[in-house]
Amino acid sequence: MNFELTLERQMMQDSLRRFLSDRYTTQVRNDLLDSDAGFSADIWAQLAELGILGALFAETQGGYGGAGFDLAVVFEELGRAGVVEPLLDSAILGGGLIAAQGSADQQKLVEQVIAGSLHLALAHGEPGSRYDLPHVETTASQQDDAVILNGCKAVVVNAEAAGYLIISAREYGAPRDEAGISLFLVPSDASGLSMRGYPLLAGGRAAEVVLDRVTLPVSARLGAAGAGYPALAERAAAASVALAAETLGAMETAMALTGDYLQVRQQFGRPIGAFQALQHRMADLLIELTQARSAVINAAGHLSAEPRLRDLHISAARNLVARVGRLVAEDSIQLHGGIAMTQDYALAHFAKRIVMAEHRFGDADYHLEQFIDLTAT
Amino acid sequence: MDLSFSAEEQTFRAELRLFLADKLPPEMADAVRLGRGLSKQDHQGWHAILNAQGWLAPNWPKEFGGCEWGAVQRHIFEEECARAHAPRIVPFGLSMLAPVLQKFGSKAQQDHYLPRILSGEDWWCQGYSEPGAGSDLASLTTKALRDGDHYVVNGQKTWTTLGQHANWIFCLVRTDPTVKQQAGISFLLIDMDSPGIEVRPIILLDGSDEVNEVWFSDVRVPVENLVGEENKGWTYAKYLLTHERTNIAGVGFSQAGLAAVKRLARSQQHRGRPLIENPHFAARVAQVEIDLMALSTTNLRIVSAAAKGQAPGVESSMLKVKGTQVRQEINDLARRAAGVYAMPFASEAVQGSNEAPIGPDGTAAVAAQYFNNRKLSIFGGSNEIQRNIIAKVKLGGGG
Repeated sequence: MNFELTLERQMMQDSLRRFLSDRYTTQVRNDLLDSDAGFSADIWAQLAELGILGALFAETQGGYGGAGFDLAVVFEELGRAGVVEPLLDSAILGGGLIAAQGSADQQKLVEQVIAGSLHLALAHGEPGSRYDLPHVETTASQQDDAVILNGCKAVVVNAEAAGYLIISAREYGAPRDEAGISLFLVPSDASGLSMRGYPLLAGGRAAEVVLDRVTLPVSARLGAAGAGYPALAERAAAASVALAAETLGAMETAMALTGDYLQVRQQFGRPIGAFQALQHRMADLLIELTQARSAVINAAGHLSAEPRLRDLHISAARNLVARVGRLVAEDSIQLHGGIAMTQDYALAHFAKRIVMAEHRFGDADYHLEQFIDLTAT
Repeated sequence: MDLSFSAEEQTFRAELRLFLADKLPPEMADAVRLGRGLSKQDHQGWHAILNAQGWLAPNWPKEFGGCEWGAVQRHIFEEECARAHAPRIVPFGLSMLAPVLQKFGSKAQQDHYLPRILSGEDWWCQGYSEPGAGSDLASLTTKALRDGDHYVVNGQKTWTTLGQHANWIFCLVRTDPTVKQQAGISFLLIDMDSPGIEVRPIILLDGSDEVNEVWFSDVRVPVENLVGEENKGWTYAKYLLTHERTNIAGVGFSQAGLAAVKRLARSQQHRGRPLIENPHFAARVAQVEIDLMALSTTNLRIVSAAAKGQAPGVESSMLKVKGTQVRQEINDLARRAAGVYAMPFASEAVQGSNEAPIGPDGTAAVAAQYFNNRKLSIFGGSNEIQRNIIAKVKLGGGG
């Protein structure tokens, strides 16, 4: 056993942390949150230049990382700084699916993602699917050399910025069957594709996407017909590692802000951190945070394991981190008092990132059920 | 012991339901149900409707134009109003200032201010907290110095809810800095139109702008605006806190919130079945409902005892802690129930707009409300302060 990061990952962690603590201040972030784009093209370009996007892809895919621990290191730092830029959507989900499933032609797009010149979005969830990954009602019907997509996609994060959407659609089978789901690489300006964009509570933007007879060449298919589910499940697992690690980083910051404030804020003639009731709550949070880090390590270390073992650790981490996240977000606000309720104070953003991460790829209950299913037999 | 409602109480409930069905504007109820922001006009409109019926001041004595209802009647009123998604009664004038004026104000103050609260002519806000005086309220530093027939007020108040609508503010101010903190505080009524007052909005983490900072620089306040005696303000403030927190448990809000969670969970699909049928989610809902059933009775027990003249002290602290825990848990359930549709920032829902919200009915504001209602366990004496009170009284032999 060795719980040290490799030298390469330590260097990446250091340079990313330094870059973000210099550049990604509360003021910069709050301006981004109010902006029309929802994130900064400038920061994005610099993250690409630093090689952070490349770290999310394997060497065979044109990157130099891509393993669970690469994702965990990068996203913990993003979480620590409260970054809202769509690395999850453009790189892990969009780029990752193209890299894994794409034809030689399609894979050329990965290079653009790593260079920071192309954004992507995964349009998979639907208004009725909740977190149920195989639930796809959007249809794909092939007519000669064309495929026609019809359906609705819900809360497609980063859709407006994306040059291409990766859209899941069902070629055969019932709405919740794993077999029959295909992935399509669709230019965001495709005829018949419309979107209604909106900001997200915790930063970034998403859109409701409607597909009305979107007609594509069969070459737009990503991977084999009807066989998209395993790739989706693998990327959902990678996204879960990223989200859990991001939440861990955000919790570290929330705790640091809270610890500092307890020393500074005076009431009843002393720092409120002098009150034992508050000290004990901080101690409990630190215990939980330590557990959360272990769960993230378990998940990251099993990302490339066989699917059952992988998903067992993923669901364990997501469930634990969701529970701890709620506790840390709520208690950090409570221990601060009113100041933490204000948008201008840094904690507000971190509390929102922590809690709202639970709404992507399954909440605590969803992952508890997954875990029960995977461990019952 | 008898847990049933009397015939009169049941008649009262039926009468209330008819009134609400008849008089509560549907668009107002929709705005409350969907968590959209209410305008000043909405609040004033609802107050006027209640006032016309004589029901705006359930807890006021009849001599001042109130209902003088007993505990059970008020409970029924709160329950039915919440059930019908009526706007809450804005409490600052009606249930915070008015009882203080009725008990400690001069006849002239009672005659002048109380009718204007009922008529809606005055909108009051509360000037208690300061940046440096939150849980430790008695350390407040806003000064009022006597200058002839006036006090000259300097300082800053914060967390002033709906202060942007108010034309009057009741303030705790320091009139004697030389004595023990609690002994140098006075209770002052200040016209918000006075020169030297500035109101600045505070944007909260859910994007709402309901609270404000209020700055005072050399604001001149006539001495007749002092309530009771100079330097006795802390006594009046404590009276307000212990006597007029009848709805502190928020049982009606929780009941309405739980019903909304169930509606949402029936409409949301989870793995091809309604979410409400999912055992994990159903267990969470049941757990809160069990707590809420007991809380409702706890609330009635305490409010009934108060009606017989036993001033609730430590009990209102218990109601505050458990009541806010239950409400916050319900907010959390609503957030969970909304699934991915908790993610959109419902600026329309917060600010009010004609644009259709994103996602299914009832999901737009749940996450914003979840974050906004973290305030419940912070304001009005944080839950930590309430626990201190409970521990001091029940364990310390003091109180």
